[in-house]
Amino acid sequence: MTRRVKIPGWNVLGLLPTHVIMLLTLIIPVGIIILVSFSTRGPYGGFEYVFTTAPYKQILFNEGWTGELEFNPQYLIVIARTLLLSAITTVICLLLSFPVAYFISLQKPSLKIALIYLVTLPFWVSMIVRVYSWIIILGKEGVIEKTLRALGLIDSMDSLLFGDTAMLIGLVYSYIPLMILPIFASIEKLDPALVEASHDLYGSRLVTLRRVILPLCQPGMLAGAILVFVPCLGAVLEPTLLGGGKTMMMGNLIQLQFGAARNWPLGAAISLVLMAAVLIFLVARGLRSVRKETRELTL
Amino acid sequence: MKSGSDVRRYPGFGLFSILFFVYLYLPISVVIFYSFNANRIVSNWGGFSLHWYTTALSNSALVSAVKTSLLIAVIATTISTIVALMAALVIVRGRDVRFRRISETIVNLPLLLPEIVVAVASLILFSQLGLVNGIMKLAIAHTTFCIPFAFLPIRARLQGMDANLEEAARDLYASAWVAFRRVTLPLILPGVFSGAMLAFVISMDDFITSNLLNSGGATTLPVYIFSLIKQGVSPQLNAISTLIMLASVALATIAFLVQRQK
Repeated sequence: MTRRVKIPGWNVLGLLPTHVIMLLTLIIPVGIIILVSFSTRGPYGGFEYVFTTAPYKQILFNEGWTGELEFNPQYLIVIARTLLLSAITTVICLLLSFPVAYFISLQKPSLKIALIYLVTLPFWVSMIVRVYSWIIILGKEGVIEKTLRALGLIDSMDSLLFGDTAMLIGLVYSYIPLMILPIFASIEKLDPALVEASHDLYGSRLVTLRRVILPLCQPGMLAGAILVFVPCLGAVLEPTLLGGGKTMMMGNLIQLQFGAARNWPLGAAISLVLMAAVLIFLVARGLRSVRKETRELTL
Repeated sequence: MKSGSDVRRYPGFGLFSILFFVYLYLPISVVIFYSFNANRIVSNWGGFSLHWYTTALSNSALVSAVKTSLLIAVIATTISTIVALMAALVIVRGRDVRFRRISETIVNLPLLLPEIVVAVASLILFSQLGLVNGIMKLAIAHTTFCIPFAFLPIRARLQGMDANLEEAARDLYASAWVAFRRVTLPLILPGVFSGAMLAFVISMDDFITSNLLNSGGATTLPVYIFSLIKQGVSPQLNAISTLIMLASVALATIAFLVQRQK
């Protein structure tokens, strides 16, 4: 072994660019968001550094003429809808993904690679194009309406677009590849001998599924749930394009405050609520498994 | 063993999976199908035509949006891949690195926060700095969120590489730089390539940040498409979408094949 000359400077030098970029463009700006959420709204948008808790009160109350507070759940409804839709999306993705991931894992290697490629491919296709495709399908005179009419099942129908159902369809469609991949990875690690052992001990297919396969796939399902749930919380395109203007989620509510509504402090306060929701969920579920699965996914 | 008697198989999973793949590809196929529709009204079939493709390609607003997107993506990809490579070398290979775990979390920070929050942070930052150049704003913001996407494949490749090879080069009196350039870099190149590819696609596809920061003459392709969707469904929009899908599938296939390389 040659004696290695240690240059501690290299470590610092290598990490410096990423850390400086993150500090200047992310960590400090997120700190400024906190500041803005306690600031006063500027007369023409923007904000002024005058301390107030008004933005947080605004999430819950309307302020009347004389400064009295009146409870208004409009923003709470948006927050609740965001949490609920994200949870339902996660559950639907779980239910759809398991049989598909299991089926893929049973195929021979070449077919397996091809099918996994087919699962990941839509994820490379522009997000906005994928959401847009549902407008053609669900909209007035859309594919579904035309098909049902051609079959003589209906004369006319209300547009399926704009509402919770359309958003849910869009969310599931957008994020389901993120659920299939980690579940597939954990099924691949499953030892087939365990399944056969269960059968040799007279476990039926159903019992084997419930007592052997599903428990062993839990890490993959958990990772998939995080990978679907977290981006759902911050979804913007699906609620904007499929939800219409009235049924909002937190993502497009924030966007609205920084755009047309010109209420930056309120937007900042809602951003912090969203960030808190994500961080609570991530910390509760363990950061490590997310990191691990994200790595497998991007591999 | 016959498939029927294979205890690992579950009846119905096959059919379910086939239906799933139909569901996955049907919406995309609908867009492609209607892009060849001669009729101005999207869902009324008026015969096969390439008319909307020629309209799309001669649409100057579209061409300029593509140019803007490409410029920003190339800048963001180049910078994020280089700095991510530097960080990955230290985090995976470095000796006596203090705060290794925290350093890694910092590099991956954009993945842990919702994108809209990161976008809001950039918006407030640029408004405080008084930066008005749209291209510059987007290039900076895209670089930030592309870093983890470039970092993860590079790190995975480095972890899979035999560290002894580098040691051997050093034992044979190669300098640190020569060992990196002649041994490490060629071995991890597929990882660097797929990292760059991922960063490029993420940047090209970004809507949330680009839309929130949209000002100063920097309308990217997704933001332009969004404005078209707001005007209503049109066959030209379908043609543009099909072209974008074609480009993405080409990129995805190249990335997939490079990754598979041992």
